[in-house]
Amino acid sequence: MELNILTVCYLIASVTFILGLKMLSNPASARKGNLLAAAGMTIAILGTIFLYESDGKRLGNYVWIFGGLLIGGIIGTLAAKKIKMTAMPEMVSMFNGMGGACAALISIVEFNHLSHEMEISGITTGHTGKVLIIVLGLIIGSVSFAGSMIAWGKLNGKVKDFSFTGQNILNLLILAVALSAGAYLVYDPTQHFLLYGILALALVYGVFFVMPIGGADMPVVISLLNSFTGVAAACGGFLYDNKVMLTGGILVGAAGTLLTILMCKAMNRSLQNVLIGSFGGSKTAGAAGSTSQGLYKEISLADTAMLMSYANKVMIVPGYGLAVAQAQHVCHELEKILEEKGVEVKYAIHPVAGRMPGHMNVLLAESDVSYEKLLEMENANDEFKTCDVVLILGANDVVNPAAKNDPASPIYGMPILEVEFAKNVIVNKRSMKPGYAGIENDLFFQPKTSMLFGDAKKVLQDICAEVKMV
Amino acid sequence: MENILNFITENQQIIYIVILMVFVGIEVIGRVPSVLHTPLMSGANAIHGVVVIGAIIIMGQAEASNYLALGLGFLAVILGTLNVVGGFVVTDRMLEMFKKKK
Repeated sequence: MELNILTVCYLIASVTFILGLKMLSNPASARKGNLLAAAGMTIAILGTIFLYESDGKRLGNYVWIFGGLLIGGIIGTLAAKKIKMTAMPEMVSMFNGMGGACAALISIVEFNHLSHEMEISGITTGHTGKVLIIVLGLIIGSVSFAGSMIAWGKLNGKVKDFSFTGQNILNLLILAVALSAGAYLVYDPTQHFLLYGILALALVYGVFFVMPIGGADMPVVISLLNSFTGVAAACGGFLYDNKVMLTGGILVGAAGTLLTILMCKAMNRSLQNVLIGSFGGSKTAGAAGSTSQGLYKEISLADTAMLMSYANKVMIVPGYGLAVAQAQHVCHELEKILEEKGVEVKYAIHPVAGRMPGHMNVLLAESDVSYEKLLEMENANDEFKTCDVVLILGANDVVNPAAKNDPASPIYGMPILEVEFAKNVIVNKRSMKPGYAGIENDLFFQPKTSMLFGDAKKVLQDICAEVKMV
Repeated sequence: MENILNFITENQQIIYIVILMVFVGIEVIGRVPSVLHTPLMSGANAIHGVVVIGAIIIMGQAEASNYLALGLGFLAVILGTLNVVGGFVVTDRMLEMFKKKK
């Protein structure tokens, strides 16, 4: 009876996962979808704790289980609540790594369990399927864990890009050795020391896999590792014949893979191009193309305020700089002051502005900027011609014309916001340093562009004050 | 060969689920706008935290003398819970910002 109730619990949870993902892909229902999936997860977890039976035995060690749930729950909630909006992406990466580690640990424990059984019974055959799943779970989970930790370090600036010639070949070699060791273990499960060798190799592979990929591509990598963890979780489902782990894992594995491809498409790059790292390879070519640096001119705060106050239409292009400076509220304030003066203000959002797709939408929505004012890239590009002033706040690569006209540039082919069609372009940056892709931006040296140096929040506050005085 | 066929027959239910879920996974998020890429990734991230159930089963079945299973299982429960709880809370925080304006 109780096992049947558990089956129903798992069924409900699986349905909430599917519905939750479905609702998450629509802005109106996204939040409800997340809560729905969370509710399903709670049902599945509680059901497992109280109703699960194997060979007629119920689960024990309640103190340990609830202790673990409590510790994980409290740390998780605090970390997720305390984290700044700008650091969300690395938080997701961190949590993803935890899931991968969890899957890898399950594999280790289950393998030890299995070798213990084999020792007692003396029968070493007939476990091919189980060992295969254990090895797969271990490799995928460890790669996901190590990779996510590196991605986390890269996003918060603790880990720098690192690559050497022949790294791709070495990576493939490591993976090949890990897989062959895994295959041998499947063939002869008594060689249990191999398991730890595989673990070590998979961890190293995870590190080397993410190391050479540029920080700007981390969202794609995290999304890919996310689907890896999904598959690792599904391996666990296979192991325990647990349908909800299986559905949840495979669902995320499939959806995550598609999402990864969609993200690449938003940047007009292929997944292969991201992973093999065109950034590392063609650095010299990119640098050579941008030696034609000219002089740039600066503009004062007062002039900026004047220019904007008398404009008919102002387009704001937010980038990572806005996020770092936490300038979204004062940005909205500037928008209101300008609108009172009869200036039309809109925002042009590049799909990969910031560190994550949708990063800017989230930030601006936080400060109550109306949804209709946010233009997607294509619509914005139609409107730049009619703009008097474009104000770029800490964005760089997404407005770099090299993506359109310099085939040697590493970002060549990425669709950009064509701000140069506006009458005036004002660029707010902290310094002349290149953006995340590490390349120069010719836009800054064009005659209609003026530079306004400083922290985005400080600068916007000052502009607000000046505009009020005009 | 026979081994493989046996394996497929024995696990056919699971294999059916895997195949169907691959298509469901692709189908449900097929038309997501780029604005929602990040929250969707984060939500999916929380869902694969379902792996914590495996950790709970390990913990619950571990004998009191099996320190390896107890220790690693305990760690796995903590990490899995971090994934689930942290994942859903972060996603909710992101989506809070999409709420409808009056």
